[in-house]
Amino acid sequence: MEIKAIGCEALQLKMMHVENGHTLEVYQEHGGYKSLKKAMDMSPDDIINEVKDSALRGRGGAGFPTGMKWSFVPRDSPKPKYIVCNADESEPGTFKDRYLLERDPHALIEGMLIGAFALGVETCYIYYRGEYKYLIDIMEKAIEEAKAANLVGKNILGSDFSCDFYTHTGAGAYICGEETALLSSLEGFRGHPRMKPPFPAVEGVYACPTVVNNVETLTAVPQIIEMGGIEWRDLGTERSGGTKLWSVSGHVKNPGVYELPMGYMDMEKFIMEDCGGMLRDDVPLKAVIPGGSSVYIIRADKILGGNLSMCYEGLVEGGSMVGSGGFMVMDETVDVMESTKNLTEFYRHESCGWCTPCREGTDWLVKIFNRIAEGGGRPEDAQLLLDISDNIEGKSFCPLGDAAAWPIQSAVKRFPEDFKKHLMPKDA
Amino acid sequence: MIFMASVATDYTNQIEYSDEVAEFSDEVVAEMKSHLTKYPEGRHRSALIPLLFVIQRERGWIDNPGVNYLAKFLDLEVSDIWETATFYTMFNMRPVGRHHIQICKTLSCRIMGEPEITEHICSRVGIKPGETTEDGKYTITMVECLGSCGTAPMLQIGFDFHENLTKESVDKLLDSLD
Repeated sequence: MEIKAIGCEALQLKMMHVENGHTLEVYQEHGGYKSLKKAMDMSPDDIINEVKDSALRGRGGAGFPTGMKWSFVPRDSPKPKYIVCNADESEPGTFKDRYLLERDPHALIEGMLIGAFALGVETCYIYYRGEYKYLIDIMEKAIEEAKAANLVGKNILGSDFSCDFYTHTGAGAYICGEETALLSSLEGFRGHPRMKPPFPAVEGVYACPTVVNNVETLTAVPQIIEMGGIEWRDLGTERSGGTKLWSVSGHVKNPGVYELPMGYMDMEKFIMEDCGGMLRDDVPLKAVIPGGSSVYIIRADKILGGNLSMCYEGLVEGGSMVGSGGFMVMDETVDVMESTKNLTEFYRHESCGWCTPCREGTDWLVKIFNRIAEGGGRPEDAQLLLDISDNIEGKSFCPLGDAAAWPIQSAVKRFPEDFKKHLMPKDA
Repeated sequence: MIFMASVATDYTNQIEYSDEVAEFSDEVVAEMKSHLTKYPEGRHRSALIPLLFVIQRERGWIDNPGVNYLAKFLDLEVSDIWETATFYTMFNMRPVGRHHIQICKTLSCRIMGEPEITEHICSRVGIKPGETTEDGKYTITMVECLGSCGTAPMLQIGFDFHENLTKESVDKLLDSLD
């Protein structure tokens, strides 16, 4: 598996191939914690403005502007404030955070410390998915190291800024990647999402102001402080600042984690050259799901010769989204009905059961897919799948319902032939 | 109730309810207490998921005496503990084999050869997904994405990742388990 930057200097991936890069000593040899020191000489407003200038958007999937999220935290609240790192990486096709957490834990601590200093936060939690236990052990060691070096805990670097770090674990629920469900889980409850507003920035964990950010979002913060927001933004495009990690899986020769500047041209070159081309030389590209399982599937003919730019606005133009950057490549051996069935089974399993349209809808969708797969497909099934998806989309508390609907809507519309062949009347 | 089957497996028939409360060594109790220190005063329920992992490690699954212990330990109702425990798929609501083989079945693994790997493991071990061998050595469970899509197909045994699986590497892996 490849881990490398293409078209830019490795920023997020800087420590990936450095021996013992996960230790404090080596991290500091490579300039680690300099950004924290720089930030502690800045005013909180200046830090937030740098992050705003950077056009950094949430890397977990929703793409919400990070600086704006930070600015929603009320300054004058008498309640304690929290930063919670969302390390519940569980969007199918996404595995970038895993390598950041494994090989560069101090970058996350530093990013969170900068946020904590800017927002007046004294307690940080890192919420891991339960399956990533080995990564929690790595982080616990990193926190201990940082504590011993007076980078975490009381009076950090001799200042009056204090901040404690704790790890917390989920236990196998995709829904806990949704920020309000994550907070319910952090409080020891079932991972049910909460109604917004109030937004977590105002009432999050323990009803206190809370910022929830993805791992890759927070590890970008030290780079932004070091380079300056505008400079970091200019690595990418105006609306998609900086660089982005792409988790590439499926039918390519070199799957892996790739760091690309936002706006990298183009998707075809990325697949065919940077990722080594198709896995089997004689089986051509059929489709790509570019941003994790929830986003729209793109047909090969849109990609080949399509000049698709790898950034937020570029992928919207291409008919999809950046999402979490879980880039799944499928060749002609894949039946899109089957692949969509597989993803629908995922959403059915992961629906938390709170909202009726999502709980019942995903169950019915899987029942219909099962009937189709067993040879009982009816001509009207394609429309039936679309109707049920439309009745889930936009009708649940959290985006899991939308995430279940989008793959079906795009697959049925863009690959009608893959459905049609399963939906013939019995006597045809 | 038939629709609910999608989100809530009927666990109740697996569990013999009793008032028995599990006992733990001083070391384990100290470990459990250490989890409480991570959370603010009065917010001890936050420690529930980490503590359920301790129960599962010590007792093999989330059993009734373990749950009764946690209810006392956290000063919560027994139903509070079940409420949370039954939501999360990593908590085993029935005993599992010594080696819990969890095979990822989500898209990237599925298209990179998971079906062949699953078939191979099932035929070697002699059970189907969802079953436990009679000698209590293996349980096979099909699970959703584990975040190893670039190294598909993959499986997890306990907390250990095994990636880039081939039939040969699976044979080696199974041979190495006691």
